[in-house]
Amino acid sequence: MNAPERNPRRAFIAAAGAGVAGLGFTAIAPGLHLMAVGEANAAARPAGTAASPAVRWGLLIDATKCAPGCTKCIDACHEENGVSEQLPDPRQNSQWIRKIELVDRRNGRVTTLPMMCQHCATPPCVDVCPTGASMKRADGIVLVDRHTCIGCRYCMMACPYKARSFVHTNLSEQNPEVPRGKGCVESCTLCVHRVDKGQQPACVEKCPEGAMTFGDLNDPTSAIAKRIASVPTTQVRGDLRLDLGVRYQGI
Amino acid sequence: MKQLRLLAALLFAAIAVSPAPTLAGEGGRTPKPTVSIENPGHCVAPAEEMRRNHMEMLKHQRDRSLRQGIRGEPASLNACIECHASKTTGSVLGDGKAFCQGCHEYAAVKLDCFECHQPKARFKAAGLKP
Repeated sequence: MNAPERNPRRAFIAAAGAGVAGLGFTAIAPGLHLMAVGEANAAARPAGTAASPAVRWGLLIDATKCAPGCTKCIDACHEENGVSEQLPDPRQNSQWIRKIELVDRRNGRVTTLPMMCQHCATPPCVDVCPTGASMKRADGIVLVDRHTCIGCRYCMMACPYKARSFVHTNLSEQNPEVPRGKGCVESCTLCVHRVDKGQQPACVEKCPEGAMTFGDLNDPTSAIAKRIASVPTTQVRGDLRLDLGVRYQGI
Repeated sequence: MKQLRLLAALLFAAIAVSPAPTLAGEGGRTPKPTVSIENPGHCVAPAEEMRRNHMEMLKHQRDRSLRQGIRGEPASLNACIECHASKTTGSVLGDGKAFCQGCHEYAAVKLDCFECHQPKARFKAAGLKP
């Protein structure tokens, strides 16, 4: 009698199950793939290929689902990006993502939302950077190249969203995939190291309310593009016409 | 004055009998860095080429990775660290025997990578605990 792994039908069922569980897709036969439903990100970009300008990564945050007092997205960000320093002056701590509370004074209605780098299509931080360290990748992710950042903090002044932080102290607890250090400006990277592997940003993955959707704004079949096409969404300070990658619903 | 002259003579004698520091060649009198290679034979290029060019390889790779988003290149600082970290300390820094620090100390070349990059292999940051 065959061992279970030798039985081709059982192997197929196991492979299909694994594909649905997390791999994204599974080959059923040559050229025929079983696609998993609910996968928000595409497969990992193959090694050796550059970020594509056809893609525009974005986030949709549903503020109606964001729970007041919950800081799971911030904790996930700190863990993923190795943000752990606590300085004597807390205003100097790095802040890649923060929770904002909006109160309607007339009726007391409270709305909370996470706020981070909005990944503008025309980022003011890139405009003002004197060394070219502040940059936008082809797929719309705004990053700081620490190799050329001189820590002048012009970008912090230019950012309308207060998204950037300056590292004031020597660090030793960085994650290998997220280098950060004293004297450079930093901000949300949209977890670029995860996105390149085909994963979602840490905050999106850890949000218990499912209030954040990550995906390709340029792909009309993506969950985020469909949602933006069907419900009213807001760009914060849309009057600045920066064409933001992060959109909000319910504010 | 006599004492000073005696001191100068002694100093001259000491210099004259000390071994000449120059042109030691392969005779074994030149100190060499004591760098231990944890996984010999697995490097992306021969040792000679790595000694001369590792900084250029890393510099070009870092720009392609960060600015163009190209991942999985053969030259990668994290791959260097994963392979070359000491099996006792888990790091490429620490003392004169550590892979990166040992050689850079010997060559008196400043090592800037690890002001931002993590020198320990398989390090997992805990983040700020609420």
